[in-house]
Amino acid sequence: MAPKLAVFKLASCDGCQLTLLDCEDELLALAGEVEIAHFLEATSTVQPGPYDLSLVEGSVTTPSDAERIRQIRAASRHLVTIGACATAGGIQALRNFADVDEYRRTVYAHPEYIETLATSTPVSAHVDVDFELRGCPIDRRQLIEVLTAFLAGRKPDIPDHSVCFECKRRGTVCVTVAHGTPCLGPVTHAGCGALCPAYHRGCFGCFGPSGSVNLPALIPVLRRDGMDDDAVERFLHTFNAPAFEKEMGK
Amino acid sequence: MTHRGSRVLHVGSLSRVEGEGALRLHVHDRTVTEARLEIYEPPRFFEAFLRGRSYTEPPDITARVCGICPVAYQMSACAAIEDACGVEVDPAIRDLRRLLYCGEWIESQALHIYLLHAPDFLGHPSAIDLARTHRAEVERGLRLKKAGNDIMELVGGRAVHPINVRLGGFHRAPARTELRPLREELQRALDDAWETVRWVAGFDFPEARTDADLLALAEADTYAIEGGTPTVLRADGSRGSFPVGQFTDHVSETHVAHSTALHSRLDGRLHLTGSLARFAVSGSLLSPVALEAAVAAGLGDPREGAVCRNPFRSILVRAVEVVYAVGEALRIIDGYEPPASPYTEVPPVAGVGHGATEAPRGVLYHRYEIDADGLVADATMVPPTAQNQGAIEDDLRRMAQAAIGERDPDDDELTALCERAIRNHDPCISCSTHFLDLTVVRTSGPTTGGHRA
Repeated sequence: MAPKLAVFKLASCDGCQLTLLDCEDELLALAGEVEIAHFLEATSTVQPGPYDLSLVEGSVTTPSDAERIRQIRAASRHLVTIGACATAGGIQALRNFADVDEYRRTVYAHPEYIETLATSTPVSAHVDVDFELRGCPIDRRQLIEVLTAFLAGRKPDIPDHSVCFECKRRGTVCVTVAHGTPCLGPVTHAGCGALCPAYHRGCFGCFGPSGSVNLPALIPVLRRDGMDDDAVERFLHTFNAPAFEKEMGK
Repeated sequence: MTHRGSRVLHVGSLSRVEGEGALRLHVHDRTVTEARLEIYEPPRFFEAFLRGRSYTEPPDITARVCGICPVAYQMSACAAIEDACGVEVDPAIRDLRRLLYCGEWIESQALHIYLLHAPDFLGHPSAIDLARTHRAEVERGLRLKKAGNDIMELVGGRAVHPINVRLGGFHRAPARTELRPLREELQRALDDAWETVRWVAGFDFPEARTDADLLALAEADTYAIEGGTPTVLRADGSRGSFPVGQFTDHVSETHVAHSTALHSRLDGRLHLTGSLARFAVSGSLLSPVALEAAVAAGLGDPREGAVCRNPFRSILVRAVEVVYAVGEALRIIDGYEPPASPYTEVPPVAGVGHGATEAPRGVLYHRYEIDADGLVADATMVPPTAQNQGAIEDDLRRMAQAAIGERDPDDDELTALCERAIRNHDPCISCSTHFLDLTVVRTSGPTTGGHRA
């Protein structure tokens, strides 16, 4: 019997699950290898668990999602988180550093209708996760590697080195060295193919921290290249804010 | 089935829409007493955490509101901030923006036509099931969608959350030679887009009519995509417009208990934005090939006043818009000369700016207040689905009432009908949840509901 694949979504923009539908060349072949048992964005067919592989997009921001992720975990043989929201809390984790009640009052006329947690947390803060795929959004090629690996029963080949390695491989001139452009490439997890430097801008950290990061060593370089303290903080506090915070030892 | 007294139909999780929502229908003695689209997508508070960010950041940050239409967010953010700073970009940059936006239109409309909407007409739960009987058609849809994504990847760097957009233009403008490979793919896509029009024209369309006001941007000489003046075509055929800076004077949002998205009214009336509205407001400005496609699709000739008010037929308009967007992309590539600089400098100016562009699902309005330090003091976004929510609920109520009055279908049939009524509008629920401008006065809107979903 074909393995059952499920895709779930918590607080997020839908971009990571869309990446699965963006595998235009592989989608029908993939659909031949698995049974898509739950994927609301793509199909009205909803099958109950257990699922062999569940992909989860989005972060936990409501009491009901905190409960739902436990149910998803219980129904899933393997659980893989996809994207910055599910692996680090995402952009909505900026509330973790603010007063969420004030946010609620700012955005909604009737804050009392809005049920939300004070924090946006990654799935791993709530349940065990078998693999975390980084990115805001995830990379299509990496997603296919992860799906292929889980279907074959092997470990995904997703290196945790930094974006700098990808720049070197791509032959992109270092934007920091050549142009003094602030860049988070040295501390950011590879996966995008070093897109931003190839488009003449500094990396802004979509994939979160890479393995063995020396973030404190990068801060003086960012300052040298013209960023004041507030700008440095904003640079790190964007799509993977809590993950970089952890790397700073905060 | 005969009278069953009161019943409540509740569909907990809508499928084949973007984001998460539910619908609730109250029926009493064969009368629909309430029809609600409930958006329970968790709030993400973009408008709150944009405050204090640099004025250069909203294009990257607001892209994350929606993975399906990130370019729309980037373009509306750029337009609003450039308006605040009093900067107009070079025409060559404007063309490149339009090319990127065409990529998003092609990708998003093909996604809706083939993966979300067509299965309804052919009785399948998904495009993957549809591929068992209509393999060639689904492959064609995926190929078309890929052509849109390839434009976004080349011009924007990637398909979801492009990285190449910045205030004033782009970080890097492609060389002419880089765009050349797209040409061949888009020629093929033009054939695929035409085949799509012919295919969807053969679908069976239920009768339906929306009387909502139709709101779209309009430009003097082109089918509006990346800018224009908000223009309304009312049910009585009258037409009006207002400056984009007065958007929230006309489109007011209210917060109701059953939804984390806000409900909008246009001058106190229900309104609809998106493909039907664009076609009604600017259809006569479509390219000759797209006009031909509209006639072939059975929509009539917009130069002779043809307007489509049947939401089920929105798939036809989307197909025509794909023909248009592919043609536009080819036109821009053929005439492309790289701009002298990839971007125009946008120095910060304290003040307020407004911007609106046509996301695939309709008008997306942004407003930013920038302070003297170049930081965002206040941000407002009014996404299309929040605007459409009232009209969608109106469709739901009307279609459910008609079906119940005629033959009183069972819950499964009624559910399927209601889901179709919602999918007709391609709601992007992820982006519609958030957002409220507290400065809006809501005295003319309906009162808020009293109980929670």
